[in-house]
Amino acid sequence: MANITFVDVTLRDGNHTYRHQFTPEIIRNTAAALDAAGVDMIEVGHGDGIGGSSLHVGRAAATDRELLEAACGAVKNAKVAVFFAPGLGNFSDLEMAAEVGVKVVRMATHATEADITEQHIRRAKAMGLYICGYLVSAGMASPEKLAEEARKMESYGADYINLAESQGHLVPSEVAARVAAVRRAVNIPIGFHPHNNLGLAIGNILAAIGEGASFVDGSLKGFGGGAGNAQTEVAVAALLRAGHTLKTDLFKIMDAAAVFKAQVGSYPMPVIENDSILMGYANVYGGYLHPVQEAAKKYGVDPRALVLRLGARKVVAAQEDIVVEEAQRLAAVSPV
Amino acid sequence: MTKQKIPVAILGPGNIGTDLIYKIARNPNFELVLMAGIDPASEGLARARDLGVATSADGVRAVLEARPAIVFEATSAYAHKANAPLYKDAGIFAVDLTPAKMGPSIVPSVNMSTDFSAMNVNLISCAAQATIPLVHAVSRITPVSYAEIAAGLASHSVGPGTRQNVEEFAFTTQSAIAAIGGASKAKALVAINPAEPPQIMRNTVYTMVADDADDEAIKASIHAMVKQVQSYVPGYRLTMEPFRRGDHFMVGIEVEGAGDYLPKYAGNLDIINAAAIAVAEGYAATLN
Repeated sequence: MANITFVDVTLRDGNHTYRHQFTPEIIRNTAAALDAAGVDMIEVGHGDGIGGSSLHVGRAAATDRELLEAACGAVKNAKVAVFFAPGLGNFSDLEMAAEVGVKVVRMATHATEADITEQHIRRAKAMGLYICGYLVSAGMASPEKLAEEARKMESYGADYINLAESQGHLVPSEVAARVAAVRRAVNIPIGFHPHNNLGLAIGNILAAIGEGASFVDGSLKGFGGGAGNAQTEVAVAALLRAGHTLKTDLFKIMDAAAVFKAQVGSYPMPVIENDSILMGYANVYGGYLHPVQEAAKKYGVDPRALVLRLGARKVVAAQEDIVVEEAQRLAAVSPV
Repeated sequence: MTKQKIPVAILGPGNIGTDLIYKIARNPNFELVLMAGIDPASEGLARARDLGVATSADGVRAVLEARPAIVFEATSAYAHKANAPLYKDAGIFAVDLTPAKMGPSIVPSVNMSTDFSAMNVNLISCAAQATIPLVHAVSRITPVSYAEIAAGLASHSVGPGTRQNVEEFAFTTQSAIAAIGGASKAKALVAINPAEPPQIMRNTVYTMVADDADDEAIKASIHAMVKQVQSYVPGYRLTMEPFRRGDHFMVGIEVEGAGDYLPKYAGNLDIINAAAIAVAEGYAATLN
């Protein structure tokens, strides 16, 4: 049975759901509860990572520094992690993160573009940070391609590889094939980050572990982009039931979920809405759920038709502008 | 009277460098005397030889020996930082297509210069060449407190130099958006899309302006600028009409390239090469 490192991403991926409006207070209280529950790593920040606050993908409620200081000040044992996408963040963002006490950088890029992370992996490594090579939209690449890209990240100095299935598109057999291919290609640990568009987040985690993954991402109450992530407290229970070993305590992680829920008050928890089902089905990046719904409303078009258009254009993460562009085009051809 | 053609060289036989061969061959002012690289077995040098261009794998040394009046450098920021002082000592005018930023930056439709005394001009980045005209189109009407650009690049057209320089690409681009585009602050974002068939390069420009800015004047200025850029890059066109979204304007453009060497979808590379030729012509005019 596997020894699992649990990574909670509520305070980063959940920021997509919360329209990037997490405050230092929400971060502080939730991070303290996650730390008390024995979570190994806590990822914090704008949904698109440090440096992500922008007109393009959404403005944050506080600066990256404020959010990270809140998290680093609240934890005793857990490592605070940041998400970083070259092309959105800069070296100065990395330096700031290291300065305030962040220990882990998850260096992210679209699953086929690993070589754009070399420069930043090397820089972060030189700062003494623990590096995750994070392949976004792993369901848009073949197992062989993922293996090739993971090997590149290992060669740059990544300490582990995370396969992020950002669309919630894959079924367990497809996850297993991808993890197995990466397993054969690299000597470092492998993690898995699911989305729940087809209701398969936790099943996919178990499939990933079956092929040798040992890092698991989840979010409290499933509060992550689009249809949400694997629900952390449910994943912990399921991992324990499957006989795996983890430091996270079941009762305390349930408590942490309650703490987080209280922080965001009446804000709705993610459910698998029709638009999300279709995004999972059509392999469209789940982070576009809010942009799709907002653009569909503004331009009076069917959000499902918009999702299918985005699927046809094979959009990747950080192309929020195309959501607006396609909504305008759709409105022009089918005025309501 | 037939004018003496000005000898020029290219260092860096990648996508950009190879496309420049075609643009130089078409230009009556220039004669390409050398394409240099560092790998004798490189595809790029073989391609240049096939096109009848003299080649060398001795890199910057070969360029210095060939003594061109102008060198186009399409390597990486690291390489150009090392090479720039060598060109200057040799009296060779350097047109820098990397984000090294060793000389003043130029976007031809916005700040074309006649002062080339630094003997080095930086073309910033393909995204900068594509987006700064639009930022400037807004800032010439009303103050822009913040500008942001998002560049969507087709994976095939992003070469190894750019991939190792994403930091410089973003940093140099955002510095120029502020300095040349005329925004108080700026940010540049890049997304690389591997879709097949490759997608035409696209850029979205966001400019934050006051609530009482003259929206109609802004739109007219953007349309006028698009026409001006089209005069040297015919495939430059709006994909999203400029519109106000709360406290900012949003406008989208795509650039369909001329399809010389680079495929038509690699329009951002085409625009930086068109800018390189325009700058070289400007410098050449000072020699006569």
